[in-house]
Amino acid sequence: MSRVALIDYDRGNLLSVERALSYSGADVDITDDPDRVATAERVVLPGVGAFGDAMDGLRERGLIGPIRQFVASGRPFLGVCVGMQLMFNEGEEFGTHEGLGLLPGRVVAIPAKAADGSNQKIPHIGWNKLCPTRCDDFQGNALLGGIGNTPYTYFVHSFMALPSDKTDRVADCDYNGINICAAVNRNNIWGCQFHPEKSGEVGLRILQNFITMGWQN
Amino acid sequence: MQNIRLIARLDVKAPNLIKGIHLEGLRKLGDPGDFARRYYHDGVDEIIYIDTMASLYERNTIIDLISKTAENVFIPITVGGGVRSVNDARTLLRSGADKVAVNTAALKRPELITEISRVFGSQCVVLSIQAKQQDGGWEAYGDNGRERSGIDVIEWAAKGAKLGAGEILVTSIDREGTRQGFDLPLLQAITGSLNIPVIASGGMGALDHLVVAVKEGGADAVAMAHVLHYQELELTDIRRHAVSANLNVRICT
Repeated sequence: MSRVALIDYDRGNLLSVERALSYSGADVDITDDPDRVATAERVVLPGVGAFGDAMDGLRERGLIGPIRQFVASGRPFLGVCVGMQLMFNEGEEFGTHEGLGLLPGRVVAIPAKAADGSNQKIPHIGWNKLCPTRCDDFQGNALLGGIGNTPYTYFVHSFMALPSDKTDRVADCDYNGINICAAVNRNNIWGCQFHPEKSGEVGLRILQNFITMGWQN
Repeated sequence: MQNIRLIARLDVKAPNLIKGIHLEGLRKLGDPGDFARRYYHDGVDEIIYIDTMASLYERNTIIDLISKTAENVFIPITVGGGVRSVNDARTLLRSGADKVAVNTAALKRPELITEISRVFGSQCVVLSIQAKQQDGGWEAYGDNGRERSGIDVIEWAAKGAKLGAGEILVTSIDREGTRQGFDLPLLQAITGSLNIPVIASGGMGALDHLVVAVKEGGADAVAMAHVLHYQELELTDIRRHAVSANLNVRICT
């Protein structure tokens, strides 16, 4: 059984993520203990709410260093929703806040106007289709491989990541003509803007992939 | 356009799923968890549980229901009925709900919306409005359609959005259970004045009602009860019809 540390920093729908990970076969350790995070086999960083507030939650618990340490070890790391946003350099929600800096880029508000100038509904809520950005399909992708031809996942967010390095984008989705960064990856670092734990069978497959993927030391 | 969501609404009088017309005349239909699981496997986008008899003392059965459902239904679950405080919201969210719906308590104390959204985020707060036609407009009702509030629905929806609600669930009491289609003027009035998603509820009877609610009513999602619980329409048919009408819906294989 794969041991996954699920970071508990009091900002996230922890139980939903835990249930889905367990259902997918993981041995989940819900923890805010810096040592258990730094030495876990795999780590998932959930997150719901505001960027700056979420970073405060990690800082208060002394988790920023351990997370960076874990990522440097090369083992699989997955940020979900705000957890993915925190992986970047900075976020603009309620002022500018420093993130974990695991990937270059920033997090900005989803534009209030759609591509055609009409008003957007914010937050972006609902199921949206993942479109591969690195190649034609997700076949062979360690996280998104095997999710089928109609990979819809559940989104609920008002802010979106803007990776500075385009090659870090793995999947996008279209929101009224605006390209939203849906998934990112660089080496062992993975991020999903959507909620795999709320995305039915497609989401469960993604979590299963994360739990079973290998890594290079 | 945002993706249109197909939502199953289950009114619960623990331990049963119930169904009525105009929110009255209730019939017991069975274990709500079984229904929810079936809808999940049939491809529903979200589940809404409304606890119709929520009281200060008897919340354990709905909590059990949410926990059990969340064990193997991996789509968003919204729970409403008797949510009166941040603590009530916390209890439900901890049991497995992703969002809470507030109605009666918010009518009496609108600050509740802000309080819950401050702690858990706007995306966790659905303002549930039960609307009845009145003098050319609509009046908001509390207590599951039993209590008049004297408050105008359109103004209330706008206020709720300002106070921090992430979505509005609007149920037409006049159309509820009738299967005669949604209250279109009601939908148009609400969606025209808001920038947050609106879930239309009350009146789904034929496949085309959904299309009209979205294309003409501006709804972002449709909550269905009667047609699903009595198996008058299948989710696969509803989704197929939506696709053929060029609505942006999730494609399930």
